[in-house]
Amino acid sequence: MDEMTVEVSVNGETHKGSVEARKTLADFLREDCALTGTHLACEHGVCGACTVLVDGQAVRSCLMFAVQAEGSEVVTVEGLSPNDGSLNPLQEAFREHHGLQCGFCTPGFIVSVTAFLRDHPHPSDDEIREGLSGNLCRCTGYQGIVRAVRAAAGAGA
Amino acid sequence: MTTAPATIGRVIGQRVKRKEDPRLLTGRGRYLDDVTMPGLLHAHFLRSDVARANITIDVTAAREAEGVVAVFTGEDLNPHIKGDMHTGPAEKGPLTPLSVGYVRHVGDPIALVVARSRYLAEDAADLIDVDYEPLPAVVDFEAALGDTDHLVHPELEDNVCVHMEVPADDELAEIFRTAAHVVTDTIRQHRYIPVPMEPRGIIVDWRPVTNELEIRISTQAPHHVRAAAAKITGVPEHWVHVVMDDVGGGFGQKAFLPRDEQCVILAAHLLGRPVKWVEDRRENLTAATHSRTERVTATLAADEEGHLLGAYIDHLDDAGAYPLYGSGGAGAFVAMLFSGPYRMGKLAWKTTSVYTNTCTRGAYRGPWQMETLAREQMLDLLAHRMGLDPLELRRRNVIHRSELPYTMPSGMEVAEVSPEETLEQAAEMIGYEQFRKDQAAAAADGRYIGVGLALYVEPQPGMGPMGSEPAHIRVAPEGHVDVYLGSGAHGQGIETTTAQIVAEHLGIDPDDVAVHQGDTASTPFAFGTGGSRSGPMLGAAVLETSLAVREKVLAIAGHMLEASPDDLDIAAGVISVAGDPTSSVTLRHVAQTAYHNPAGLPPGMEAGLDISQRYAAPPFAFSNACHVVTVAVDPDLGTVEILRYVVSEDCGVMINPNIVEGQVAGGVVQGVGGVLYEEFVYDDDGNPLTTTFLDYLLPTACEAPDVEYGHIETPALTPGGFKGVGEGGAIGAPPAIVNAVIDALRPLGVELLNQPLTPPRVLEAIDEARASS
Repeated sequence: MDEMTVEVSVNGETHKGSVEARKTLADFLREDCALTGTHLACEHGVCGACTVLVDGQAVRSCLMFAVQAEGSEVVTVEGLSPNDGSLNPLQEAFREHHGLQCGFCTPGFIVSVTAFLRDHPHPSDDEIREGLSGNLCRCTGYQGIVRAVRAAAGAGA
Repeated sequence: MTTAPATIGRVIGQRVKRKEDPRLLTGRGRYLDDVTMPGLLHAHFLRSDVARANITIDVTAAREAEGVVAVFTGEDLNPHIKGDMHTGPAEKGPLTPLSVGYVRHVGDPIALVVARSRYLAEDAADLIDVDYEPLPAVVDFEAALGDTDHLVHPELEDNVCVHMEVPADDELAEIFRTAAHVVTDTIRQHRYIPVPMEPRGIIVDWRPVTNELEIRISTQAPHHVRAAAAKITGVPEHWVHVVMDDVGGGFGQKAFLPRDEQCVILAAHLLGRPVKWVEDRRENLTAATHSRTERVTATLAADEEGHLLGAYIDHLDDAGAYPLYGSGGAGAFVAMLFSGPYRMGKLAWKTTSVYTNTCTRGAYRGPWQMETLAREQMLDLLAHRMGLDPLELRRRNVIHRSELPYTMPSGMEVAEVSPEETLEQAAEMIGYEQFRKDQAAAAADGRYIGVGLALYVEPQPGMGPMGSEPAHIRVAPEGHVDVYLGSGAHGQGIETTTAQIVAEHLGIDPDDVAVHQGDTASTPFAFGTGGSRSGPMLGAAVLETSLAVREKVLAIAGHMLEASPDDLDIAAGVISVAGDPTSSVTLRHVAQTAYHNPAGLPPGMEAGLDISQRYAAPPFAFSNACHVVTVAVDPDLGTVEILRYVVSEDCGVMINPNIVEGQVAGGVVQGVGGVLYEEFVYDDDGNPLTTTFLDYLLPTACEAPDVEYGHIETPALTPGGFKGVGEGGAIGAPPAIVNAVIDALRPLGVELLNQPLTPPRVLEAIDEARASS
């Protein structure tokens, strides 16, 4: 299988490599960049677990090839909090409001909500639920997630 | 050591933030697919595209494909199995690693490709040539029962997997003959499935020289995996090492060691090289495990006032293609728990589980919840026929606290439950009487709103391998605490609740407790996480072991301080004489003494501060709850809107209310999904039609109601007073929602409605009711 070179900025760090043209951005991030916080739960673009920011837009990295990210700036969940182990205000709100259980879908929610709150800093409850509807969670029944987003929005996260 | 105000009662019952969260929120968790190792190979299954067929297979081209290390057919793999694939005590029936010559459902594994990468393994699988000679498929489980012309397993005489019964005696027959009210109907539950967000996965590494079988797996039960892997490979159990890290949900699907994982273990054992398999979502939906898919025909007899005199239950469920741990076994619980939280005189039953050419049935949150669905729907039907309000009928039958312990007609005993209190609390919270007035007003406006109730008792089985639970607590020399558990937590927050119990009794902060699970090399044997057992059984084991450690700490400290242990207390990691804080010693100092200065210990005391204990549970314990939900139904569109959702629950002493409510809500929304959105569909030929998340519809945040909670704490008599709460949400939600929708549609003549309540089905029911009125 032919390989192509790709150069992507991931969480501010340049990753340059040779990848198969068919390799998804999600696999590139997980395997070539060793950033395993981006999770794969459906690989057909519905569940949102693999959401990352590409040039600021929340995208499903399972539906994009790595080579399509050439020259882009990608931010994964690992790039959203300081490296000292502390949580950002949105993550802190998820913890405070029990917005996660098994945690597998959680990075996708954190990335999606980061983009959502940037674009909708003062969302109504309906807008919050609508904004979350592209991400599936099977554990929480969304109760704590909705509360966490409401709290984070109120706190200006 | 961190300092925190440490008074007894300060940690248990608090909404302590979870220890698990920081790593999971920042993408630093470690799930199965996050792990790699040098030389790791990747496996991919070729699965049957036909529900029932004779097959021939040619893997020649696949074996020559780029990057392929091995292609196993059943003829290659199956002869190497050394023991029974059935990993549970009860099930029987035909089962092989890979299918050879004949397939029994779409998704049946027929070849396993192992290659340098998953991409290459899937490429090679495309080169496998399978010739199918299709046979008529057995898809409808109700038709399968009497069908001896088409056998899922030609080795058997019929399609019956399990049959059990307790026939009606003369006394029950007399009750049915003479009772003032007798109602009979059939309640159905469609096929909906667990769907953990993390699919199944396993990494297996067999090291022939050192004879070590290393297994890393997404599971609920690492010790079960170890025993099963030893059995099928012939590798002695003490050479099998199983590790689980973070697990992305299970809901019963990962409770045992399924067939696919067994195939990967056998393949890696043959290859002597590490192999990873992670299923994709299509595999998870079509070939992991399915659930529900059952029918109950129930007959209820009641006296003039509606008091339940007796019942007969005829239960039938779909075992799918193969026997799996617990196949058919849920049926006996459906029957035996049918009377639930109500007084009932007599009960007789039969249950049958039949094979079909569909995905194998496995455990799913409340595997026997059909009893609650059937009973609560039948109670509403009885109330309607009698002209009674469903709340009033329940009030007349619900078990009062004064009647406890109460022996059900099946012989099971419930105690320390509060069904009446939860019924009243839920009715009060929803404003039941006011809702009835609002409903009448709405009807006058042509709006259809309804209220539905469901009560249940939720058992936590403590029998056989589920009958005991260990905890190993080690105070390290620096005074920090390690806890080793045999659990398989996959979202339940057991690290947090365990740390709360230990911190409470050792007078330290939960942050000073590290909880380790999932590694069979360091943790004691246990059944794993499932069956709503972690709260009551793990909680009790951790509590009792904590108390033993505390006793030893106080004995050592008393010796060091020349005080009676009875006069000592522990707070903030310091043991001090009550009333004399200057006479004190730190937990660290006690630990140092225990390990490094045996001469400083009380005479005869064993050195060290390291205790392992095993708690033996009663055969059954029960929690209970009442769900009440209000809905609005649009009779033109067939859509159902949930207006309010209230759960009044009693899981005894709550270790962490956030986690209790999280378990309740998660189960409720799975029930919402099951009733209103989720349905796994096969066509008449056994082809699955809902193989992506675009077709199999999980609820999103837009479909999830805000759940309101009422808590009643009736402590269990077991240590800590904890009861289970993991499954209840998924038990109570389906009947409550179905009853509410029927209640809304009663003015249109709808009397009974079976799931799923999708808009077309709701419209169909309305049309039928109008046609027959």
